[in-house]
Amino acid sequence: MKDTGHADQPVIEAKGLNLVFQTADGPVQALKDVNLTIGAGEFVSFIGPSGCGKTTFLRAIAALETPTSGTLTVNGMSPDEARRKRAYGYVFQAAGLYPWRTISGNIRLPLEIMGFDRKAQEERVQRVLELVELKGFGKKFPWQLSGGMQQRASIARALAFDADILLMDEPFGALDEIVRDRLNEEVLKLWARTGKTIGFVTHSIPEAVYLSTKIVVMSPRPGRITDVIDSPLPQDRPLDIRDSREFIEIAHRVREGLRAGHHDE
Amino acid sequence: MSLALILGLAFWLGAWATNALVARHPFGRTPAGRIFVPVLFGITLLVLWEALVRAFAVPTVILPAPSAIAGKFAESTGLLWADFVQTVLKGALSGFVIGTGAAFLAAVACDRVPFLRDGLLPVGNFVAALPIVGLAPILVMWFGFGWQSKAAVVVAMVFFPMLINVVAGLGSAERMQRDLMATWGASYWQALWKLRLPAAMPFVFNGLKIAASLALIGAIVAEYFGSPVVGMGFRISTAVGVLNIELVWAEIAVAALAGSAFYGLIALAEKAVTFWHPSQRT
Ligand SMILES: Nc1ncnc2c1ncn2[C@@H]1O[C@H](COP(=O)(O)OP(=O)(O)OP(=O)(O)O)[C@@H](O)[C@H]1O
Ligand SMILES: [Mg+2]
Repeated sequence: MKDTGHADQPVIEAKGLNLVFQTADGPVQALKDVNLTIGAGEFVSFIGPSGCGKTTFLRAIAALETPTSGTLTVNGMSPDEARRKRAYGYVFQAAGLYPWRTISGNIRLPLEIMGFDRKAQEERVQRVLELVELKGFGKKFPWQLSGGMQQRASIARALAFDADILLMDEPFGALDEIVRDRLNEEVLKLWARTGKTIGFVTHSIPEAVYLSTKIVVMSPRPGRITDVIDSPLPQDRPLDIRDSREFIEIAHRVREGLRAGHHDE
Repeated sequence: MSLALILGLAFWLGAWATNALVARHPFGRTPAGRIFVPVLFGITLLVLWEALVRAFAVPTVILPAPSAIAGKFAESTGLLWADFVQTVLKGALSGFVIGTGAAFLAAVACDRVPFLRDGLLPVGNFVAALPIVGLAPILVMWFGFGWQSKAAVVVAMVFFPMLINVVAGLGSAERMQRDLMATWGASYWQALWKLRLPAAMPFVFNGLKIAASLALIGAIVAEYFGSPVVGMGFRISTAVGVLNIELVWAEIAVAALAGSAFYGLIALAEKAVTFWHPSQRT
Protein backbone atom coordinates (compact mmCIF):
# COMPACT_ATOMS: atom_id res chain seq x y z
CA MET A 1 0.00 0.00 0.00
CA LYS A 2 1.19 3.50 -0.74
CA ASP A 3 1.78 6.06 1.94
CA THR A 4 -1.27 8.30 1.89
CA GLY A 5 -0.02 10.64 4.58
CA HIS A 6 -1.27 10.67 8.13
CA ALA A 7 -4.34 8.51 8.56
CA ASP A 8 -6.14 11.19 10.55
CA GLN A 9 -5.41 13.88 7.99
CA PRO A 10 -8.09 14.51 5.37
CA VAL A 11 -6.96 14.05 1.77
CA ILE A 12 -9.05 16.92 0.46
CA GLU A 13 -10.34 19.72 2.64
CA ALA A 14 -12.31 22.77 1.49
CA LYS A 15 -13.24 25.51 3.96
CA GLY A 16 -15.41 28.48 3.02
CA LEU A 17 -14.40 28.07 -0.62
CA ASN A 18 -15.62 30.67 -3.13
CA LEU A 19 -14.80 30.81 -6.81
CA VAL A 20 -15.93 33.65 -9.04
CA PHE A 21 -15.30 33.75 -12.82
CA GLN A 22 -14.91 37.21 -14.29
CA THR A 23 -16.70 37.08 -17.64
CA ALA A 24 -17.63 39.69 -20.23
CA ASP A 25 -21.19 39.73 -18.83
CA GLY A 26 -19.95 40.28 -15.29
CA PRO A 27 -18.92 37.94 -12.49
CA VAL A 28 -20.26 34.37 -12.29
CA GLN A 29 -20.22 32.79 -8.85
CA ALA A 30 -19.40 29.17 -9.69
CA LEU A 31 -18.80 28.05 -6.08
CA LYS A 32 -20.21 29.66 -2.94
CA ASP A 33 -19.10 28.85 0.59
CA VAL A 34 -18.19 25.23 -0.09
CA ASN A 35 -17.15 23.20 2.96
CA LEU A 36 -16.20 19.59 2.43
CA THR A 37 -13.79 17.08 3.92
CA ILE A 38 -12.80 13.94 2.06
CA GLY A 39 -10.85 11.26 3.92
CA ALA A 40 -8.32 8.83 2.52
CA GLY A 41 -9.90 6.02 0.51
CA GLU A 42 -13.33 7.62 0.22
CA PHE A 43 -15.38 7.42 -2.95
CA VAL A 44 -17.19 10.74 -3.28
CA SER A 45 -19.78 11.49 -5.95
CA PHE A 46 -20.85 14.99 -6.95
CA ILE A 47 -24.35 15.29 -8.33
CA GLY A 48 -26.40 18.31 -9.32
CA PRO A 49 -27.96 20.11 -12.26
CA SER A 50 -25.90 21.43 -15.15
CA GLY A 51 -23.89 24.53 -14.27
CA CYS A 52 -23.87 23.99 -10.50
CA GLY A 53 -20.08 23.96 -10.33
CA LYS A 54 -19.22 20.25 -10.21
CA THR A 55 -16.53 20.54 -12.87
CA THR A 56 -15.28 23.77 -11.35
CA PHE A 57 -14.85 22.16 -7.94
CA LEU A 58 -12.99 19.18 -9.40
CA ARG A 59 -10.76 21.53 -11.40
CA ALA A 60 -10.05 23.58 -8.28
CA ILE A 61 -8.94 20.42 -6.47
CA ALA A 62 -6.62 19.65 -9.39
CA ALA A 63 -5.21 23.23 -9.36
CA LEU A 64 -6.66 23.96 -12.82
CA GLU A 65 -8.76 26.79 -11.35
CA THR A 66 -7.79 29.11 -8.51
CA PRO A 67 -10.36 29.76 -5.76
CA THR A 68 -11.22 33.39 -5.13
CA SER A 69 -11.32 32.94 -1.36
CA GLY A 70 -11.37 30.26 1.32
CA THR A 71 -8.88 27.44 1.78
CA LEU A 72 -8.41 24.25 -0.14
CA THR A 73 -5.78 21.69 0.78
CA VAL A 74 -4.82 18.37 -0.79
CA ASN A 75 -2.76 15.98 1.35
CA GLY A 76 -2.14 19.00 3.58
CA MET A 77 -0.56 20.94 0.68
CA SER A 78 -1.86 23.55 -1.70
CA PRO A 79 -3.51 22.01 -4.77
CA ASP A 80 -0.67 23.31 -6.94
CA GLU A 81 2.00 21.65 -4.82
CA ALA A 82 0.01 18.43 -4.95
CA ARG A 83 -0.23 18.78 -8.72
CA ARG A 84 3.52 19.09 -9.05
CA LYS A 85 3.89 16.02 -6.83
CA ARG A 86 1.62 14.19 -9.34
CA ALA A 87 -1.05 13.42 -6.79
CA TYR A 88 -3.92 13.20 -9.31
CA GLY A 89 -5.22 11.24 -12.19
CA TYR A 90 -7.86 13.31 -13.96
CA VAL A 91 -10.48 12.07 -16.42
CA PHE A 92 -12.09 14.97 -18.25
CA GLN A 93 -15.68 15.23 -19.41
CA ALA A 94 -14.47 14.55 -23.01
CA ALA A 95 -11.75 12.05 -23.89
CA GLY A 96 -9.10 14.60 -24.96
CA LEU A 97 -6.78 12.06 -26.58
CA TYR A 98 -3.90 13.40 -28.69
CA PRO A 99 -4.76 12.52 -32.30
CA TRP A 100 -1.12 12.12 -33.42
CA ARG A 101 -0.54 9.33 -30.92
CA THR A 102 -1.92 5.81 -30.97
CA ILE A 103 -4.09 4.63 -28.09
CA SER A 104 -1.03 3.00 -26.51
CA GLY A 105 0.98 6.14 -27.18
CA ASN A 106 -1.65 8.25 -25.43
CA ILE A 107 -1.68 6.01 -22.38
CA ARG A 108 2.12 5.98 -22.37
CA LEU A 109 2.36 9.79 -22.48
CA PRO A 110 1.98 10.54 -18.74
CA LEU A 111 4.39 7.70 -18.03
CA GLU A 112 6.99 9.27 -20.36
CA ILE A 113 6.51 12.62 -18.67
CA MET A 114 6.88 11.14 -15.21
CA GLY A 115 10.03 9.29 -16.22
CA PHE A 116 9.00 5.65 -15.98
CA ASP A 117 11.48 3.36 -17.73
CA ARG A 118 10.57 1.69 -21.04
CA LYS A 119 9.77 -1.69 -19.59
CA ALA A 120 7.53 -0.30 -16.87
CA GLN A 121 5.77 1.84 -19.49
CA GLU A 122 4.97 -1.19 -21.66
CA GLU A 123 3.75 -3.27 -18.73
CA ARG A 124 1.50 -0.55 -17.41
CA VAL A 125 0.03 0.25 -20.82
CA GLN A 126 -0.84 -3.41 -21.36
CA ARG A 127 -2.33 -3.75 -17.89
CA VAL A 128 -4.67 -0.74 -18.14
CA LEU A 129 -5.65 -1.57 -21.73
CA GLU A 130 -6.86 -4.92 -20.44
CA LEU A 131 -8.62 -3.27 -17.53
CA VAL A 132 -10.77 -1.08 -19.80
CA GLU A 133 -11.21 -3.90 -22.33
CA LEU A 134 -9.31 -2.26 -25.15
CA LYS A 135 -6.73 -5.00 -25.56
CA GLY A 136 -5.84 -5.21 -29.24
CA PHE A 137 -6.73 -1.59 -29.92
CA GLY A 138 -3.39 -0.17 -28.75
CA LYS A 139 -2.11 0.45 -32.27
CA LYS A 140 -5.23 2.30 -33.45
CA PHE A 141 -5.46 6.06 -33.56
CA PRO A 142 -8.11 7.80 -31.44
CA TRP A 143 -10.24 8.88 -34.40
CA GLN A 144 -10.52 5.25 -35.49
CA LEU A 145 -12.38 4.36 -32.26
CA SER A 146 -15.96 5.02 -31.17
CA GLY A 147 -16.64 7.78 -28.66
CA GLY A 148 -17.16 5.26 -25.85
CA MET A 149 -13.90 3.48 -26.64
CA GLN A 150 -12.06 6.83 -26.65
CA GLN A 151 -13.52 7.60 -23.23
CA ARG A 152 -12.33 4.23 -21.91
CA ALA A 153 -8.87 4.94 -23.32
CA SER A 154 -8.82 8.23 -21.44
CA ILE A 155 -9.72 6.39 -18.23
CA ALA A 156 -6.90 3.94 -18.89
CA ARG A 157 -4.54 6.88 -19.35
CA ALA A 158 -5.55 8.31 -15.94
CA LEU A 159 -5.08 4.92 -14.27
CA ALA A 160 -1.72 4.10 -15.82
CA PHE A 161 0.43 6.06 -13.39
CA ASP A 162 -1.40 5.05 -10.23
CA ALA A 163 -1.95 8.39 -8.55
CA ASP A 164 -3.53 8.17 -5.10
CA ILE A 165 -6.31 10.55 -6.03
CA LEU A 166 -8.52 9.90 -9.04
CA LEU A 167 -10.78 12.72 -10.22
CA MET A 168 -13.37 11.78 -12.84
CA ASP A 169 -15.72 14.23 -14.53
CA GLU A 170 -18.72 12.34 -15.92
CA PRO A 171 -16.44 9.62 -17.26
CA PHE A 172 -19.30 7.36 -18.33
CA GLY A 173 -21.72 10.02 -19.56
CA ALA A 174 -21.29 9.02 -23.19
CA LEU A 175 -21.54 5.25 -22.70
CA ASP A 176 -24.47 2.90 -23.08
CA GLU A 177 -26.15 1.39 -20.01
CA ILE A 178 -24.52 -2.06 -20.30
CA VAL A 179 -20.95 -0.83 -20.71
CA ARG A 180 -21.61 1.71 -17.99
CA ASP A 181 -22.72 -1.02 -15.56
CA ARG A 182 -19.62 -3.06 -16.30
CA LEU A 183 -17.28 -0.09 -15.91
CA ASN A 184 -19.04 0.88 -12.67
CA GLU A 185 -18.25 -2.58 -11.33
CA GLU A 186 -14.67 -2.26 -12.59
CA VAL A 187 -14.20 1.10 -10.92
CA LEU A 188 -15.52 -0.28 -7.64
CA LYS A 189 -13.15 -3.26 -7.85
CA LEU A 190 -10.25 -0.98 -8.66
CA TRP A 191 -11.15 1.27 -5.75
CA ALA A 192 -11.45 -1.66 -3.32
CA ARG A 193 -8.15 -3.11 -4.50
CA THR A 194 -6.10 0.11 -4.52
CA GLY A 195 -7.67 2.19 -1.76
CA LYS A 196 -7.55 5.29 -3.96
CA THR A 197 -9.46 8.41 -3.03
CA ILE A 198 -11.96 9.05 -5.81
CA GLY A 199 -13.93 12.16 -6.75
CA PHE A 200 -16.60 11.35 -9.31
CA VAL A 201 -19.03 13.67 -11.09
CA THR A 202 -22.24 12.21 -12.46
CA HIS A 203 -25.75 13.13 -13.49
CA SER A 204 -27.10 9.67 -12.70
CA ILE A 205 -28.62 9.12 -9.25
CA PRO A 206 -28.28 5.28 -9.38
CA GLU A 207 -24.65 5.59 -10.45
CA ALA A 208 -23.89 7.98 -7.58
CA VAL A 209 -25.59 5.78 -5.01
CA TYR A 210 -24.09 2.57 -6.35
CA LEU A 211 -20.50 3.82 -6.33
CA SER A 212 -20.12 6.18 -3.43
CA THR A 213 -19.31 6.19 0.23
CA LYS A 214 -20.32 9.84 0.23
CA ILE A 215 -22.72 11.67 -2.07
CA VAL A 216 -22.45 15.44 -2.41
CA VAL A 217 -25.61 17.10 -3.72
CA MET A 218 -25.09 20.52 -5.28
CA SER A 219 -27.37 23.24 -6.61
CA PRO A 220 -26.74 26.08 -9.06
CA ARG A 221 -26.61 29.88 -9.15
CA PRO A 222 -24.57 30.22 -7.08
CA GLY A 223 -23.04 26.72 -7.02
CA ARG A 224 -23.14 25.34 -3.50
CA ILE A 225 -23.46 22.11 -1.54
CA THR A 226 -27.01 21.44 -0.31
CA ASP A 227 -26.59 17.95 1.15
CA VAL A 228 -23.85 15.48 2.00
CA ILE A 229 -25.02 11.89 2.36
CA ASP A 230 -22.83 9.19 3.92
CA SER A 231 -23.83 5.92 2.35
CA PRO A 232 -24.67 3.03 4.71
CA LEU A 233 -24.22 0.49 1.88
CA PRO A 234 -21.56 -2.19 2.48
CA GLN A 235 -18.17 -2.11 0.69
CA ASP A 236 -19.03 -5.16 -1.33
CA ARG A 237 -21.71 -4.18 -3.84
CA PRO A 238 -23.10 -6.59 -6.42
CA LEU A 239 -25.05 -4.86 -9.21
CA ASP A 240 -28.38 -6.10 -7.82
CA ILE A 241 -27.85 -4.12 -4.64
CA ARG A 242 -29.63 -1.44 -6.66
CA ASP A 243 -32.94 -3.19 -5.95
CA SER A 244 -32.45 -3.23 -2.18
CA ARG A 245 -34.53 -1.07 0.16
CA GLU A 246 -31.51 0.81 1.52
CA PHE A 247 -30.37 1.70 -1.96
CA ILE A 248 -33.79 3.03 -2.92
CA GLU A 249 -33.96 5.09 0.29
CA ILE A 250 -30.65 6.80 -0.42
CA ALA A 251 -31.63 7.42 -4.04
CA HIS A 252 -34.83 9.00 -2.74
CA ARG A 253 -32.89 11.30 -0.43
CA VAL A 254 -30.61 12.38 -3.28
CA ARG A 255 -33.63 13.12 -5.45
CA GLU A 256 -35.19 15.17 -2.66
CA GLY A 257 -31.96 17.12 -2.29
CA LEU A 258 -31.84 17.88 -6.02
CA ARG A 259 -35.48 18.99 -5.99
CA ALA A 260 -34.95 21.25 -2.96
CA GLY A 261 -32.06 22.93 -4.81
CA HIS A 262 -34.41 23.65 -7.67
CA HIS A 263 -37.09 25.24 -5.47
CA ASP A 264 -34.68 27.82 -4.04
CA GLU A 265 -34.25 29.50 -7.40
CA MET B 1 -9.40 28.43 -91.11
CA SER B 2 -5.93 27.00 -91.15
CA LEU B 3 -5.13 23.33 -90.79
CA ALA B 4 -3.22 23.93 -87.53
CA LEU B 5 -6.26 25.52 -85.96
CA ILE B 6 -8.58 22.69 -87.09
CA LEU B 7 -6.18 20.06 -85.75
CA GLY B 8 -5.81 21.95 -82.47
CA LEU B 9 -9.56 22.27 -81.98
CA ALA B 10 -10.05 18.61 -82.89
CA PHE B 11 -7.49 17.57 -80.27
CA TRP B 12 -9.20 19.77 -77.72
CA LEU B 13 -12.62 18.21 -78.34
CA GLY B 14 -11.13 14.70 -78.28
CA ALA B 15 -9.31 15.34 -74.98
CA TRP B 16 -12.43 16.89 -73.49
CA ALA B 17 -14.49 13.82 -74.35
CA THR B 18 -11.79 11.52 -72.97
CA ASN B 19 -11.61 13.40 -69.68
CA ALA B 20 -15.38 13.39 -69.29
CA LEU B 21 -15.31 9.63 -69.89
CA VAL B 22 -12.46 8.99 -67.46
CA ALA B 23 -14.14 11.10 -64.77
CA ARG B 24 -17.20 8.83 -64.93
CA HIS B 25 -15.23 5.58 -65.28
CA PRO B 26 -13.91 3.73 -62.15
CA PHE B 27 -10.39 4.33 -63.53
CA GLY B 28 -10.86 8.03 -62.78
CA ARG B 29 -10.86 7.28 -59.05
CA THR B 30 -7.62 5.28 -59.02
CA PRO B 31 -4.37 7.17 -58.25
CA ALA B 32 -3.31 6.84 -61.92
CA GLY B 33 -6.66 8.19 -63.06
CA ARG B 34 -6.35 11.15 -60.76
CA ILE B 35 -3.04 12.05 -62.38
CA PHE B 36 -4.26 11.28 -65.91
CA VAL B 37 -6.97 13.94 -65.99
CA PRO B 38 -4.86 17.00 -65.12
CA VAL B 39 -1.96 15.78 -67.30
CA LEU B 40 -4.23 15.43 -70.33
CA PHE B 41 -5.67 18.83 -69.53
CA GLY B 42 -2.19 20.37 -69.46
CA ILE B 43 -1.22 18.71 -72.75
CA THR B 44 -4.43 20.05 -74.31
CA LEU B 45 -3.53 23.58 -73.29
CA LEU B 46 -0.08 23.20 -74.88
CA VAL B 47 -1.57 21.81 -78.13
CA LEU B 48 -4.08 24.67 -78.31
CA TRP B 49 -1.31 27.18 -77.63
CA GLU B 50 0.81 25.69 -80.43
CA ALA B 51 -2.18 25.68 -82.82
CA LEU B 52 -3.15 29.28 -82.08
CA VAL B 53 0.42 30.59 -82.44
CA ARG B 54 0.79 28.82 -85.81
CA ALA B 55 -2.68 29.62 -87.11
CA PHE B 56 -2.42 33.34 -86.43
CA ALA B 57 1.36 33.54 -87.03
CA VAL B 58 1.91 35.24 -83.66
CA PRO B 59 5.34 36.95 -83.60
CA THR B 60 7.88 35.12 -81.38
CA VAL B 61 8.45 38.31 -79.41
CA ILE B 62 4.83 38.27 -78.26
CA LEU B 63 4.46 34.54 -77.68
CA PRO B 64 6.70 31.74 -78.98
CA ALA B 65 5.19 28.32 -79.71
CA PRO B 66 5.72 25.59 -77.09
CA SER B 67 7.73 23.59 -79.61
CA ALA B 68 10.13 26.50 -80.05
CA ILE B 69 10.48 26.87 -76.30
CA ALA B 70 11.12 23.14 -75.93
CA GLY B 71 13.75 23.33 -78.64
CA LYS B 72 15.50 26.18 -76.88
CA PHE B 73 15.25 24.30 -73.60
CA ALA B 74 16.92 21.22 -75.10
CA GLU B 75 19.79 23.12 -76.66
CA SER B 76 20.59 25.23 -73.57
CA THR B 77 20.32 22.67 -70.74
CA GLY B 78 23.86 23.50 -69.56
CA LEU B 79 23.06 27.16 -69.23
CA LEU B 80 19.67 26.51 -67.57
CA TRP B 81 21.28 24.13 -65.09
CA ALA B 82 23.90 26.70 -64.07
CA ASP B 83 21.15 29.31 -63.59
CA PHE B 84 19.06 26.81 -61.62
CA VAL B 85 21.95 26.02 -59.26
CA GLN B 86 22.71 29.71 -58.76
CA THR B 87 19.16 30.93 -58.18
CA VAL B 88 17.19 27.99 -56.79
CA LEU B 89 19.76 25.94 -54.90
CA LYS B 90 22.06 28.72 -53.70
CA GLY B 91 19.73 31.71 -53.42
CA ALA B 92 16.23 30.41 -52.78
CA LEU B 93 16.94 27.17 -50.90
CA SER B 94 19.59 28.51 -48.53
CA GLY B 95 17.46 31.58 -47.83
CA PHE B 96 14.44 29.35 -47.26
CA VAL B 97 16.28 27.08 -44.82
CA ILE B 98 17.87 29.95 -42.89
CA GLY B 99 14.70 32.08 -42.89
CA THR B 100 12.21 29.42 -41.85
CA GLY B 101 14.67 27.87 -39.37
CA ALA B 102 15.34 31.21 -37.70
CA ALA B 103 11.60 32.01 -37.68
CA PHE B 104 10.90 28.69 -35.99
CA LEU B 105 13.41 29.34 -33.22
CA ALA B 106 12.18 32.92 -32.87
CA ALA B 107 8.61 31.61 -32.52
CA VAL B 108 9.63 29.34 -29.66
CA ALA B 109 11.44 32.27 -28.03
CA CYS B 110 8.33 34.46 -28.46
CA ASP B 111 6.29 31.71 -26.89
CA ARG B 112 8.60 31.41 -23.90
CA VAL B 113 8.98 35.18 -23.37
CA PRO B 114 5.62 36.94 -23.78
CA PHE B 115 7.37 40.32 -23.85
CA LEU B 116 9.17 39.25 -27.06
CA ARG B 117 5.93 38.21 -28.69
CA ASP B 118 4.25 41.52 -27.88
CA GLY B 119 7.24 43.40 -29.28
CA LEU B 120 8.24 41.28 -32.26
CA LEU B 121 4.91 40.41 -33.85
CA PRO B 122 3.78 44.00 -34.61
CA VAL B 123 7.25 44.77 -36.02
CA GLY B 124 6.97 41.55 -38.01
CA ASN B 125 3.69 42.57 -39.57
CA PHE B 126 5.25 45.88 -40.50
CA VAL B 127 8.34 44.32 -42.11
CA ALA B 128 6.18 41.75 -43.92
CA ALA B 129 4.33 44.66 -45.51
CA LEU B 130 7.56 46.18 -46.92
CA PRO B 131 7.66 45.69 -50.70
CA ILE B 132 10.44 43.41 -51.89
CA VAL B 133 11.34 45.75 -54.77
CA GLY B 134 12.27 48.36 -52.19
CA LEU B 135 14.19 45.95 -49.99
CA ALA B 136 16.14 44.03 -52.64
CA PRO B 137 18.48 46.82 -53.90
CA ILE B 138 19.47 47.68 -50.34
CA LEU B 139 20.26 44.06 -49.47
CA VAL B 140 22.25 43.74 -52.71
CA MET B 141 24.27 46.78 -51.59
CA TRP B 142 24.86 45.21 -48.17
CA PHE B 143 25.66 41.63 -49.19
CA GLY B 144 27.14 42.05 -52.68
CA PHE B 145 26.14 40.72 -56.11
CA GLY B 146 26.60 37.03 -55.24
CA TRP B 147 23.93 34.56 -54.13
CA GLN B 148 24.30 35.72 -50.53
CA SER B 149 22.32 38.90 -51.15
CA LYS B 150 19.57 36.82 -52.85
CA ALA B 151 19.46 34.51 -49.85
CA ALA B 152 19.19 37.59 -47.63
CA VAL B 153 16.19 38.85 -49.62
CA VAL B 154 14.58 35.42 -49.28
CA VAL B 155 15.26 35.36 -45.53
CA ALA B 156 13.62 38.77 -45.16
CA MET B 157 10.62 37.61 -47.17
CA VAL B 158 9.95 34.25 -45.49
CA PHE B 159 10.87 35.07 -41.89
CA PHE B 160 7.72 36.82 -40.74
CA PRO B 161 5.06 34.76 -42.53
CA MET B 162 6.69 31.69 -41.01
CA LEU B 163 7.02 33.30 -37.58
CA ILE B 164 3.36 34.27 -37.49
CA ASN B 165 2.26 30.79 -38.52
CA VAL B 166 4.41 29.00 -35.95
CA VAL B 167 3.35 31.34 -33.14
CA ALA B 168 -0.30 30.70 -34.05
CA GLY B 169 0.43 26.96 -34.19
CA LEU B 170 2.03 26.92 -30.75
CA GLY B 171 -1.17 28.43 -29.36
CA SER B 172 -3.43 25.97 -31.13
CA ALA B 173 -3.45 23.08 -28.65
CA GLU B 174 -6.87 22.73 -27.03
CA ARG B 175 -7.39 23.77 -23.46
CA MET B 176 -8.20 20.25 -22.30
CA GLN B 177 -5.04 18.91 -23.92
CA ARG B 178 -3.00 21.53 -22.05
CA ASP B 179 -4.84 20.89 -18.78
CA LEU B 180 -3.88 17.23 -19.07
CA MET B 181 -0.21 18.20 -19.25
CA ALA B 182 -0.72 20.32 -16.13
CA THR B 183 -2.31 17.46 -14.18
CA TRP B 184 0.69 15.27 -15.02
CA GLY B 185 3.03 17.93 -13.67
CA ALA B 186 4.76 18.35 -17.06
CA SER B 187 7.49 20.98 -17.39
CA TYR B 188 7.32 23.75 -20.00
CA TRP B 189 9.71 21.90 -22.31
CA GLN B 190 7.89 18.57 -21.92
CA ALA B 191 4.57 20.21 -22.78
CA LEU B 192 6.21 22.00 -25.71
CA TRP B 193 7.82 18.88 -27.10
CA LYS B 194 5.01 16.40 -26.54
CA LEU B 195 1.95 18.55 -27.06
CA ARG B 196 2.37 22.03 -28.47
CA LEU B 197 4.87 21.29 -31.23
CA PRO B 198 2.94 18.31 -32.62
CA ALA B 199 -0.28 20.34 -32.42
CA ALA B 200 1.46 23.19 -34.27
CA MET B 201 2.53 21.07 -37.25
CA PRO B 202 -0.43 21.91 -39.54
CA PHE B 203 0.43 25.60 -39.05
CA VAL B 204 4.14 24.96 -39.53
CA PHE B 205 3.49 23.34 -42.90
CA ASN B 206 1.16 26.11 -43.90
CA GLY B 207 4.01 28.53 -43.19
CA LEU B 208 6.50 26.38 -45.12
CA LYS B 209 4.24 26.29 -48.19
CA ILE B 210 3.82 30.07 -48.19
CA ALA B 211 7.57 30.47 -47.68
CA ALA B 212 8.36 28.09 -50.56
CA SER B 213 6.57 30.21 -53.15
CA LEU B 214 7.91 33.46 -51.69
CA ALA B 215 11.47 32.10 -51.74
CA LEU B 216 11.43 31.44 -55.48
CA ILE B 217 9.92 34.80 -56.33
CA GLY B 218 12.35 36.61 -54.03
CA ALA B 219 15.47 34.90 -55.39
CA ILE B 220 14.55 35.60 -59.02
CA VAL B 221 13.40 39.19 -58.59
CA ALA B 222 16.41 40.09 -56.41
CA GLU B 223 18.70 39.29 -59.33
CA TYR B 224 17.14 42.11 -61.34
CA PHE B 225 18.94 44.49 -58.97
CA GLY B 226 22.43 43.17 -59.52
CA SER B 227 24.00 39.73 -59.89
CA PRO B 228 26.98 37.93 -61.39
CA VAL B 229 26.47 36.83 -65.04
CA VAL B 230 24.54 33.72 -64.02
CA GLY B 231 21.12 33.12 -62.49
CA MET B 232 17.52 32.85 -63.64
CA GLY B 233 16.57 36.44 -62.87
CA PHE B 234 19.72 37.75 -64.53
CA ARG B 235 19.06 35.56 -67.61
CA ILE B 236 15.44 36.65 -67.92
CA SER B 237 16.28 40.35 -67.72
CA THR B 238 19.20 40.14 -70.21
CA ALA B 239 17.44 37.77 -72.64
CA VAL B 240 14.44 40.11 -72.81
CA GLY B 241 16.88 42.89 -73.66
CA VAL B 242 18.19 41.03 -76.75
CA LEU B 243 14.74 39.67 -77.67
CA ASN B 244 15.79 36.07 -76.98
CA ILE B 245 12.22 35.37 -75.88
CA GLU B 246 12.39 31.57 -76.18
CA LEU B 247 15.12 31.55 -73.54
CA VAL B 248 12.98 33.70 -71.25
CA TRP B 249 10.18 31.17 -71.56
CA ALA B 250 12.58 28.29 -71.00
CA GLU B 251 13.65 29.95 -67.73
CA ILE B 252 10.01 30.43 -66.79
CA ALA B 253 9.46 26.73 -67.41
CA VAL B 254 12.40 25.87 -65.14
CA ALA B 255 10.99 28.16 -62.44
CA ALA B 256 7.56 26.55 -62.73
CA LEU B 257 9.02 23.04 -62.53
CA ALA B 258 11.27 23.91 -59.58
CA GLY B 259 8.41 25.64 -57.77
CA SER B 260 6.05 22.70 -58.25
CA ALA B 261 8.68 20.18 -57.13
CA PHE B 262 9.51 22.27 -54.05
CA TYR B 263 5.86 22.65 -53.12
CA GLY B 264 5.16 18.98 -53.83
CA LEU B 265 7.97 17.82 -51.53
CA ILE B 266 6.62 19.97 -48.70
CA ALA B 267 3.09 18.68 -49.30
CA LEU B 268 4.40 15.08 -49.14
CA ALA B 269 6.21 15.76 -45.87
CA GLU B 270 3.06 17.40 -44.56
CA LYS B 271 1.03 14.32 -45.37
CA ALA B 272 3.50 12.14 -43.50
CA VAL B 273 3.72 14.38 -40.42
CA THR B 274 0.13 15.61 -40.01
CA PHE B 275 -1.60 12.39 -41.09
CA TRP B 276 -3.74 12.72 -37.95
CA HIS B 277 -5.26 16.08 -38.88
CA PRO B 278 -8.87 15.92 -40.13
CA SER B 279 -7.84 17.60 -43.43
CA GLN B 280 -5.26 14.85 -44.15
CA ARG B 281 -7.15 11.73 -43.06
CA THR B 282 -8.18 9.53 -45.92
N1 LIG C 1 -13.72 29.22 -17.63
C1 LIG C 1 -14.91 29.74 -17.27
N2 LIG C 1 -15.15 31.06 -17.45
C2 LIG C 1 -16.33 31.60 -17.08
N3 LIG C 1 -17.34 30.93 -16.52
C3 LIG C 1 -17.17 29.61 -16.32
C4 LIG C 1 -15.95 28.95 -16.69
N4 LIG C 1 -16.07 27.64 -16.39
C5 LIG C 1 -17.30 27.50 -15.85
N5 LIG C 1 -17.96 28.67 -15.80
C6 LIG C 1 -19.32 28.89 -15.24
O1 LIG C 1 -19.35 28.38 -13.94
C7 LIG C 1 -20.56 27.69 -13.68
C8 LIG C 1 -20.26 26.26 -13.26
O2 LIG C 1 -19.75 25.54 -14.38
P1 LIG C 1 -19.31 24.03 -14.27
O3 LIG C 1 -18.66 23.67 -15.55
O4 LIG C 1 -18.54 23.80 -13.03
O5 LIG C 1 -20.72 23.28 -14.17
P2 LIG C 1 -21.03 21.72 -14.08
O6 LIG C 1 -21.71 21.50 -12.79
O7 LIG C 1 -19.81 20.92 -14.32
O8 LIG C 1 -22.07 21.54 -15.26
P3 LIG C 1 -22.27 20.29 -16.26
O9 LIG C 1 -23.07 19.28 -15.52
O10 LIG C 1 -23.07 20.86 -17.38
O11 LIG C 1 -20.92 19.81 -16.68
C9 LIG C 1 -21.39 27.81 -14.94
O12 LIG C 1 -22.30 28.85 -14.77
C10 LIG C 1 -20.39 28.15 -16.00
O13 LIG C 1 -20.98 28.96 -16.97
MG1 LIG D 1 -19.15 19.64 -15.92
